[in-house]
Amino acid sequence: MTIKHILKLCLLLLIFSCNNDSHLTKIEGKRLDIDENIATNQTIEDFIKPYRESVNKNLDSVISYAPDTYSKSDGELNTAIGNLMADAVYDEGNIVFNKRTGKNIDFVLLNHGGIRAIISKGNITPRTAYEVMPFENSVVVVALKGEQVLQMMTYLSKAKRAHPVSRQLQLTLNKNGDVSSATVNGEPINKEKAYYVASNDYLYNGGDRMTFFHPNDSLYVLDYKIRNVLIDYFKKKDTLNPKRDNRFIQLNN
Amino acid sequence: MKRRQFIQQSTAATALVGLGGLGLQSFSATAKKITILHTNDVHSHIDPFGPDDGRNANKGGVARRATLVDSIRKENPNTLLLDAGDIFQGTPYFNYYGGELEFKLMSMLKYDLATIGNHDFDNGIDGLYAQLPHADFEFVSANYDFSNTVMDTHVKPYKIFVKDGIKIGIFGLGIQLEGLVDKNMYKETVYNSPIEIAQDMSRILKEEQSCDLVICLSHIGYNYKKYPDRVSDLNLARATKDIDLIIGGHTHTFLPKPTIEKNSAGKNVLVNQVGAYGLYLGKIDFYFEPGKDVKADGASIIV
Repeated sequence: MTIKHILKLCLLLLIFSCNNDSHLTKIEGKRLDIDENIATNQTIEDFIKPYRESVNKNLDSVISYAPDTYSKSDGELNTAIGNLMADAVYDEGNIVFNKRTGKNIDFVLLNHGGIRAIISKGNITPRTAYEVMPFENSVVVVALKGEQVLQMMTYLSKAKRAHPVSRQLQLTLNKNGDVSSATVNGEPINKEKAYYVASNDYLYNGGDRMTFFHPNDSLYVLDYKIRNVLIDYFKKKDTLNPKRDNRFIQLNN
Repeated sequence: MKRRQFIQQSTAATALVGLGGLGLQSFSATAKKITILHTNDVHSHIDPFGPDDGRNANKGGVARRATLVDSIRKENPNTLLLDAGDIFQGTPYFNYYGGELEFKLMSMLKYDLATIGNHDFDNGIDGLYAQLPHADFEFVSANYDFSNTVMDTHVKPYKIFVKDGIKIGIFGLGIQLEGLVDKNMYKETVYNSPIEIAQDMSRILKEEQSCDLVICLSHIGYNYKKYPDRVSDLNLARATKDIDLIIGGHTHTFLPKPTIEKNSAGKNVLVNQVGAYGLYLGKIDFYFEPGKDVKADGASIIV
């Protein structure tokens, strides 16, 4: 080995030992704001643009018309917007359920809190469905015994909220707030009978303390998002005409 | 360990002898800086919030994040950009394109690594798998076992980066899926306990792989006030050792600055999370200096 070689070796060792000798001495952490003070990267912006335009074009395409504005606070025990949602889940959901099982849904129960926006007077677009139902919840059909359906009626009588139910159910409370009559398709609820109740997966899993879905005879997952139910329902109607009615009421005397 | 130090010291001494006074000068020039940038729970928020938004008006936006990341990378090329999961779900972009745009944009921003959040299963594990060709970055998760799923071999427990000679080991952790995600969505994905896995990972990365930095990319949540014993980033920090930084997600916790927690060996661990929706970018700089002794509880921390 020449001196040159030794020097080279030393240099190599030096570089090596430097790396291995590095110690973490200081850490600095901070949070950086992303806001209008930061310029837009044009390449990224140009890349997003066609996606944005396509989404917006679809979201803003007119699919129906609302002659009035509908809000979930329009009624005490039932509202036009809630009735529309429950009836839409019945009409669209039953098509899928019937095709798969040959059976029919008896009625639908949703929750008042699940109506996330008003429907404004004017054109209805897919964006309306995204606003009313921003969550990904989807339709489930549960086979319940009449006894549990009666528990559900007791729950509704105590909750005293306009939890949406479909038009096949008629629930009347007396002036004390107890169930005075409860019928499905005009027939009183039969303790022994099995009912096919459609709802969403959130409530099925105990959301809003709706514990009456368990135990059950069977569960049918329709893989059909509530939002898509609404979009499909809107597309079939030139004009929406939801009404507050007598499906869930309380008597004054 | 003792032996290695001895060898290092003796080789350094040899080098100094060989090169004379030159050595000291070149040492001081090798101080190093590693920058870790991170996001979490961006939830498909690609566009900035509109001017009328009640809470986040004019905030966020991927095109702005790109500008910020670019300028930081220019300042320090030894930068890693990480995401702690829940990339998907939250705007119609996800509903229309299934996550394609999110992954393409993250690739354009040159994300280095991400972990998987519960919402990344929202189109099912098949929906996540279908978008993988659009991601130029990799995914890590050490406690999800994907062996019996389509994601098998596409997610590694950890990844090691070497930046400017500094070895950075990053492992991923995911949240319990049962009760949070429909079984039809995550299918045969198996969830393993994050704490034990993290203890194992930090040992592998620190002792076997000799990493200079160990980072946990977590989607288990910062902490749960009502359930203080539930596994969380803070509990993880206390129950493990040799992790330098935990980057979290899931709980949408807007930390104004990183939290400093003591690990099981009494050393400092940094825990950070930047809320959600791409409103902020987290930035942690690690400074390395050669041959300098460090205090018993670790490096000095400025937050």
